[in-house]
Amino acid sequence: MSAQPQIKLTEAENALLAAYTQQVGDLPGNGDVLIARDRLITDIKTKGLPTRRVEAWHYTDMRNLLRQVPANNDGDVAAIEPLISGSAVFSLSNGKVERKAKAEGVSVRGIAAMLEDGTGAFLMSPRGDDDAIGRINGGFLRDGLEIAIADGAALAEPIELQVLHSGGQSHARFVVTVGAGASARLIERQQGNGSSAALVSSVSDLTLKAGADVTWVIVQEQGVIDTHLGQINFRLEKDAKLRLFIVNAGGKLVRQEVHGVTVGEGSDFTFRVINLLGGESHTDVTMTLGHDVPETTSTEIVRNVVFDKASGVFQGQIRVAPDAQKTDARMACNTLLLSEEADFSTKPELEIFADDVQCAHGATVADIDRNHLYYLMARGIPEKKARALLVQAFVAEVVEELDDEPLVEALEDVIEGWLERHGN
Amino acid sequence: MLEIRNLHARIAEDGTEIIRGLNLTVKAGEVAAIMGPNGSGKSTLSYILSGREDYEVTEGDILYNGESILELDPAERAAKGIFLAFQYPVEIPGVATMQFLKVALNEQRKQRGEAELTTPDFMKRVKDAAAHLKIAPEMLRRPLNVGFSGGEKKRAEILQMALLEPKLCVLDETDSGLDIDALKIVSDGVNALRSPDRAVIVITHYQRLLEHIVPDTVHVLYKGQIIKSGDKSLALELEANGYADVIEAAA
Repeated sequence: MSAQPQIKLTEAENALLAAYTQQVGDLPGNGDVLIARDRLITDIKTKGLPTRRVEAWHYTDMRNLLRQVPANNDGDVAAIEPLISGSAVFSLSNGKVERKAKAEGVSVRGIAAMLEDGTGAFLMSPRGDDDAIGRINGGFLRDGLEIAIADGAALAEPIELQVLHSGGQSHARFVVTVGAGASARLIERQQGNGSSAALVSSVSDLTLKAGADVTWVIVQEQGVIDTHLGQINFRLEKDAKLRLFIVNAGGKLVRQEVHGVTVGEGSDFTFRVINLLGGESHTDVTMTLGHDVPETTSTEIVRNVVFDKASGVFQGQIRVAPDAQKTDARMACNTLLLSEEADFSTKPELEIFADDVQCAHGATVADIDRNHLYYLMARGIPEKKARALLVQAFVAEVVEELDDEPLVEALEDVIEGWLERHGN
Repeated sequence: MLEIRNLHARIAEDGTEIIRGLNLTVKAGEVAAIMGPNGSGKSTLSYILSGREDYEVTEGDILYNGESILELDPAERAAKGIFLAFQYPVEIPGVATMQFLKVALNEQRKQRGEAELTTPDFMKRVKDAAAHLKIAPEMLRRPLNVGFSGGEKKRAEILQMALLEPKLCVLDETDSGLDIDALKIVSDGVNALRSPDRAVIVITHYQRLLEHIVPDTVHVLYKGQIIKSGDKSLALELEANGYADVIEAAA
């Protein structure tokens, strides 16, 4: 009955559709949710996954890069310690809520129940035609957490959201609202313990009410054969401040999308990314930011360290709406290319429709400074260790800027650990 | 301890020969001064001893405790006890000075098969050595050499030397950029390290430093060769008469 032109599906696309057929019987949801799921999966069936002809996916040809889709694998998931001890830990294992901490000023609802009673049907709306992550996540979504932080709550301990898996498929969703004047630190951990490949999608929708102050850290440490599809969507109301910090330190095919809008005057977005790339991995960080109202600010700094045959992408789009005067946005992308075969593509995009704004972007590429390397070696530090120190130095200032000692130390450990495993 | 035999070396990039048949022997316990006019190859010699890859040895050998070190990289040479105090220490943003010191000490110890230092032991050593060199703790909290004054950089070099306890110390124009007080502090630091099992090579333009670090031998380097050797009186003679007489006599 459909008049949609048929395309020849890839092995991965066929596997996705087969997985859906297999899982749909026990995916949670009322009739509305089920219809929405079917629509999302039908979109994939008729259009396929995005190729480089889709502008938002130009540097990450998902259709060609995603070769296989693993079957569901409900293996045991090892618990992990929180990055910062004392954190309130919420965890998902293979897409199902496993652990829910109790914290004052924080109320939590399971998304599986919201799907069952239909109140979660809104989670099934993709961002647009090119939202492949939203489609996969919505189509396969089992569970997740809606977290509300009360107005004025000042959380002393971080909230850690652990998205864990044992290989196979894992699809997670978080809907987080931070109340007016509240402050919180949220740490999103993405990792697995499976020896078989994983396909992970994880989507978070974040709203900061007036004057809220949030640090959100994503630590992505998937295995070397895993596919990680992340997306965080946020809205900043009046005077809200969001610091979003992403460390990519794993995965074979990684796409992390960040889509935000400033909807209240005086709001500020601070975005920092550290991409540690090695092997034959491909990692894409794509950001779109709308400065929709006057007097909002943002800074974006992306630091990339690329070893081996790894490739990376940063797309940063900043839109300044016609009446968003006095916007101040500054974006920088700095890359350390450490092998002949490493590559990184960066695409800054400024769409400015207001006339009284300050927007800037810059990009640099460099190798390790030979004089620095020689100096460290002349003090007895072997080449491999000396290189690791210099790579760490390249990303250190971005981490230190967090100005939160336990968090800085925890992230330095993640970075150091990755370099010990990958530095050559 | 150190024996340089008929050494020839050039700049790797363009093949310019800098060291042209240099012979030099320095014994354990000895302080040897190397003097010479600009462009004679003094700094190049220090870089070659440390193993900088910008230079190629084309002939001859460098023996350290009887073994050739030509095949060793800078880190291996350092672990064997060779230390170069740089004329221009490089600034490395993002590497904290304390972290650098700890890594350097422990990496050398590892290469020698020794146990790593505990943090309290390390801290104590740094504190003691820094106090002797009048280095403020704030300086050690900054990134390595970043924002250090010329004098602070030189003191930081001597601090590293004191902590690493090398056997062969090469000081490349350590006196340049130092005022009298700093020169005294740095010289005292070097003198404190003098010992029967340690050799020091002091590369300098001026007699001034040698009043503080009194050498056992003085060698004149010119056009990549040692053209004259003597005791400390040779330095005084050079100070009084310049290099012209010595160069003429050698020609």
